[in-house]
Amino acid sequence: MPKAPAGTLYRGREGMWSWVAHRITGVLIFFFLFAHVLDTALVRVSPSSYDSVIATYKNPIVNLMEVGLVAAVVFHALNGIRITLIDFWKSGPRFQRQMLYTEIVVWLVLVVPGAFFMLKHMFETLFGSAS
Amino acid sequence: MTVTDDLSTTAPAASGPTATAGRTVTLKIRRFDPEVSAKPLWKSYTVPFDPSDRLLDALHYVKWNLDGSLSFRRSCAHGVCGSDAMRINGSNRLACKVLVKDLGPEISIEPIKGLPVEKDLIVDMEPFFDAFRAVKPYLIAEGHEPTRERLQSAADRERFDDTTKCIMCAACTTSCPVFWNDGEYFGPAAMVAAHRFIFDSRDAGADERLEILNEREGVWRCRTTFNCSNACPRGIQVTKAIQEVKRALIFRRF
Ligand code: HEM
Ligand code: SF4
Ligand code: FES
Repeated sequence: MPKAPAGTLYRGREGMWSWVAHRITGVLIFFFLFAHVLDTALVRVSPSSYDSVIATYKNPIVNLMEVGLVAAVVFHALNGIRITLIDFWKSGPRFQRQMLYTEIVVWLVLVVPGAFFMLKHMFETLFGSAS
Repeated sequence: MTVTDDLSTTAPAASGPTATAGRTVTLKIRRFDPEVSAKPLWKSYTVPFDPSDRLLDALHYVKWNLDGSLSFRRSCAHGVCGSDAMRINGSNRLACKVLVKDLGPEISIEPIKGLPVEKDLIVDMEPFFDAFRAVKPYLIAEGHEPTRERLQSAADRERFDDTTKCIMCAACTTSCPVFWNDGEYFGPAAMVAAHRFIFDSRDAGADERLEILNEREGVWRCRTTFNCSNACPRGIQVTKAIQEVKRALIFRRF
């Protein structure tokens, strides 16, 4: 390709955007796991520094990131099942859109209540209702 | 996106196929001429149109009445030759198959993505044809040549009917994010061509072609974005055809 400045964004549909989301969530999960392997490995090096690293996670920002991680993992896993079905199930390509809509519904059903319970504790400590 | 020049040219009361129309539309075309500038630029043209006009008519209006330097390919003007695939309002379409009235007051027109642009809407199709040739898109028969035609049942013919409809416009291949990032990828159109022979009961070259598509740049690069299926002006279920090749590779059942 010549070094031309980019044109407009390609206007793809459900399939393209679900793939973009799948790749973004996949990369996010990878970076999380990378960090997670490091911090967990620390427990063998020095349990006390492990404790202090884990202590830094106990704040609202990390709590929000955890909610984001759950949202990303759940999407990636559900969409991964959809992609697998598209490739292996005979009628997969025909129903790719319906599978995506189903997946979004399941994702909401799992992530909305999940986020509620994950954030409940944070709100309670931040705004101090029941301790 | 760099809009280096947004030159608006208003249509004079010129003669042309659509000059009688009352409504106008703005065509925003991504122009590129390596002899003038190394950078492409957007130019806008205001064009009158009739409700029955296709985008190709509007492009003709520009070329014949407003700016003769505009270059694009077209031949049949009826969706059979596959010359005029371009990116219209962001997605790949044949200019001769879409109606101007369906495309809104401002229509963006760009060359198809992933192939080297030669001038304006004309791209170098050679890499696309190379991939097509690489999958051996011709009948490979074995045994003695029959004295009559090679017979086939209606059901066997039906098996690959969808992929016989391809007009080689490249709308699918150049809608594919994998192809944009990796020009070596065979791309959907070559797989459609391979599918047409792999599932033909008269053909004996299926294994050869499956091996070719099993390679690094073959079907396993496909990320099932369905851009190809959405772009195909012939309504071919391109992603499904690719999936059938993947399944054939896994199950080796024809
Ligand atoms: C929860 C279980 C998981 C399932 C069911 C799953 C499923 C999949 C599938 C089917 C693909 C292929 C996508 C395609 O062909 O377009 C894929 C791609 C990918 N996955 Fe996962 N995955 C899971 C977990 C993970 C984890 C833990 C990571 C990070 C370490 C990850 C990172 C990625 C990345 C980076 C891609 C590449 C995306 C692309 O090619 O566009 N996945 N996943
Ligand atoms: S499969 Fe469809 S989009 Fe692709 S080259 Fe053939 S006609 Fe064009
Ligand atoms: S000009 Fe022949 S397909 Fe459009």
